[in-house]
Amino acid sequence: MKSLAELTALRDKLQKNVSLREQEETKRVVVGMATCGIAAGARPVLNAFTEEIAKAGITDTVVTQTGCIGICQYEPVVEVFEEGKDKVTYVKMTAEKAARIVAEHIKGGKIVEEYTIGANK
Amino acid sequence: MKELSLNVLDIVQNSLTAGASLVKISLTENEQGILTLSVADDGKGMSEEILKGVTNPFYTTRTTRKVGLGIPLLKLAAEQTGGCVTIASKEKKEGTDDHGTVITATFDTRSIDFTPIGDMVSTVSCLVQRGGDVDFEYSHKTPKGEVALSTREMRQMLGADIPLNSFEVIKWLEEYLTEQYNVLKTN
Repeated sequence: MKSLAELTALRDKLQKNVSLREQEETKRVVVGMATCGIAAGARPVLNAFTEEIAKAGITDTVVTQTGCIGICQYEPVVEVFEEGKDKVTYVKMTAEKAARIVAEHIKGGKIVEEYTIGANK
Repeated sequence: MKELSLNVLDIVQNSLTAGASLVKISLTENEQGILTLSVADDGKGMSEEILKGVTNPFYTTRTTRKVGLGIPLLKLAAEQTGGCVTIASKEKKEGTDDHGTVITATFDTRSIDFTPIGDMVSTVSCLVQRGGDVDFEYSHKTPKGEVALSTREMRQMLGADIPLNSFEVIKWLEEYLTEQYNVLKTN
């Protein structure tokens, strides 16, 4: 059985990595998690982003949640903010699309045009 | 909503918006198949006037559009099983720390229109990732046993340097809860 005591060991392990983690976060993935987003399936999308970013060892990107972005018909909606660049809005997201966005956009720097709001109007 | 766990994910947002520092989420199932969901926070609370309006879909605090469906959807999910939703709130006033909101929903799990509880582990995980400094107490009691988690206890073990939303900590939390649910299933 897992126990709370394991967290102490985890703390020691993570503390060693603290300096690595302090690398500046230059990208932000924001998942819309209001009623509209949640009902449309935002929860697995959020989990996929968190998972894929950790799996790929990406440390300059943070995943956060926000409320209603105002385009409920396109939910789940995910916005990617990157310093010095225009915001990219991805719409009708799924966990599979999230994995591709992490690989191609977050890691590779190339926007996945076909998932953006521009391509889905 | 396809799962009650999604309703929970949604309505807890109201507690976070209200500036809560502790949110207690509890699910209690009794021998008769009645499920009681309660979300209790120590946020700023609501005035009586606002309280009267919150089950109205055309009441919302958001500014992007004029409908708010969080509480109405929860109410629908409860009432379609023959259950109900009640909300009690104390508005924040100067000179007292006694404020916050408790929303309680009851469901008859034997009803054909009962929405399955679904993936509560994902919901708690999402909330902890979202919560920042907010603490959560989660408890799911059934006649077969209980699943429980307290982020305050987690923070005590982790110390101040490690944020609760570190990937490894979130993974630990998911496994910790999943394991407890697996024990319930085999009981």
